[in-house]
Amino acid sequence: MEATGKAFKYGNNVDTDVIIPARYLNTSDPKELGKHCMEDIDTTFVERVQEGDMIIANKNFGCGSSREHAPLAIKASGVSCVIAKSFARIFYRNAINIGLPILECDEAVDGIEANDKIKVDFQRGIIFNETKNETYQAQPFPEFIQEIISSGGLVSYIQKQMK
Amino acid sequence: MGMTMTQKILAKHAGLEKVEAGQLIQVNLDLVLGNDITSPVAIKEFLKTGVKDVFDRSKIAIVPDHFTPNKDIQSAEQCKYVREFAYKHNIENYFEIGEMGIEHCLLPEKGLVVPGDVVIGADSHTCTYGALGAFSTGIGSTDMAAGMATGKGWFKVPGAIKFVLTGKPAKYVSGKDVILHIIGKIGVDGALYKSMEFAGDGLKHLSMDDRFSMANMAIEAGGKNGIFPVDEKTIEYVNNHSNKPYTVYTADDDAVYDEIYNINLSELRPTVAFPHLPDNTRTIDDVGDVKIDQVVIGSCTNGRLEDLRIAAELLKGKKVTKGVRVIVFPGTQKIYLDAMKEGLLEIFIEAGAIVSTPTCGPCLGGHMGILAKGERAIATTNRNFVGRMGHPESEVYLASPAVAAASAIAGKIKNPEEI
Ligand code: SF4
Repeated sequence: MEATGKAFKYGNNVDTDVIIPARYLNTSDPKELGKHCMEDIDTTFVERVQEGDMIIANKNFGCGSSREHAPLAIKASGVSCVIAKSFARIFYRNAINIGLPILECDEAVDGIEANDKIKVDFQRGIIFNETKNETYQAQPFPEFIQEIISSGGLVSYIQKQMK
Repeated sequence: MGMTMTQKILAKHAGLEKVEAGQLIQVNLDLVLGNDITSPVAIKEFLKTGVKDVFDRSKIAIVPDHFTPNKDIQSAEQCKYVREFAYKHNIENYFEIGEMGIEHCLLPEKGLVVPGDVVIGADSHTCTYGALGAFSTGIGSTDMAAGMATGKGWFKVPGAIKFVLTGKPAKYVSGKDVILHIIGKIGVDGALYKSMEFAGDGLKHLSMDDRFSMANMAIEAGGKNGIFPVDEKTIEYVNNHSNKPYTVYTADDDAVYDEIYNINLSELRPTVAFPHLPDNTRTIDDVGDVKIDQVVIGSCTNGRLEDLRIAAELLKGKKVTKGVRVIVFPGTQKIYLDAMKEGLLEIFIEAGAIVSTPTCGPCLGGHMGILAKGERAIATTNRNFVGRMGHPESEVYLASPAVAAASAIAGKIKNPEEI
């Protein structure tokens, strides 16, 4: 599994309220949620983001409430991967459970700047910065997590296994 | 490099010799838990998987406890949905009114959790069972669904913080005071992602009920779990409650801890968490003059028999201050009955308190004791977030049953030593 896209960069403690404000939680339709992704931290995000783009953030990404709507909104906006120094525990679980790839990598977060073109090889945990010609190594996901993500989430993964 | 107790339990359940902090693993589950709020969502997800039946009907526990006895039509519908699922799949451990209790008081009492188990629950206070030397943690509804379908869960192996407890606590210093002290010290995110591993010879002075209330609040420090070594007290408890085989795990001598705290229990004081975070703690000597409208004694943190005993000891022959509403809610039917046989309920009622059926009730601002604007409660529960017990402008102070009972008599937050 691979992904390619440009980087959107944010700081520490990006919380679930700015990822998807509570006023939009009256739906769990990913498409609707995707339309408001990151609205309260970056009003132009939704206009600029393209299929495959990545969010690069510092520490504790996804802190706050346990709403699964947050990773759903990010995934539906077209983002292919979130790279951060660390994630809040529940966001981490939720992201994998709904099939949004996330990686923890200090070097990548320090090295990547906004709009850099990034390529990620999930199998090997390699993050390549095409703009700067730099390579960063993240811990690759074990096979079962890769399968959960590539199936589109935990529920689809189980569906597949049961077939 | 050795492993912590938590890491050893996880390694074993993953079929691995060794695990390290940060590693992602898939483990076999011994028990999957849900309540009336989280199970409906999990059941819907379960149905989406297309799996016909649950992985093991004896390893799932469903306890409608939050809004029961049903407080309104919506909660009645939710419980009905859960009940029908439980009956259809012959879930052995489905407990409702008459035999229910607050989930985290009930499961250990029913012997459903034993040392060495791995338990997940769609409720954040599932960490309570760490008191028994089990690994248990709160997860989301999707995880519960997957757990019910496959009997497996995935985890990131946590690093650990070790708390070495020494000394003997004073009479009115309980497990609740110890954990409030710890949370006050490390903060509400002090143990984020990590396991809180308790150790030291001070543990022998902490009863099982003390340990349940400490492990219960690991999540209030952000911890993934809190865990106690298994000693004679644990074994005695398990023998009295369960026939399930168990395994005792001990941390390696060279286990790695990110931090180690040494705490002398003899130096601790009764401790109160002021609004609106559990880490906003002060010792009883520094609380000042805080008048209260309501006292809540119970919950999965402090609704066990010992908690009721100490509250009754203080309330015996006394009256609660006129105008202060005192609500006692025992954790389970058995605790309720035992308290009745011991004459504790009579003491509460004669003192002017009410005794409620087991329910989460006021703890989460559900029902049976909601606060109005500007009102203040002292509670033996575990969370004092804004609006937790009612109106967003009400206040909750967290304390031990002894402090809560003393406060009921005084009408303001009071040191039990002065009663
Ligand atoms: S008693 Fe309170 S904290 Fe415990 S399970 Fe019920 S609502 Fe949650």
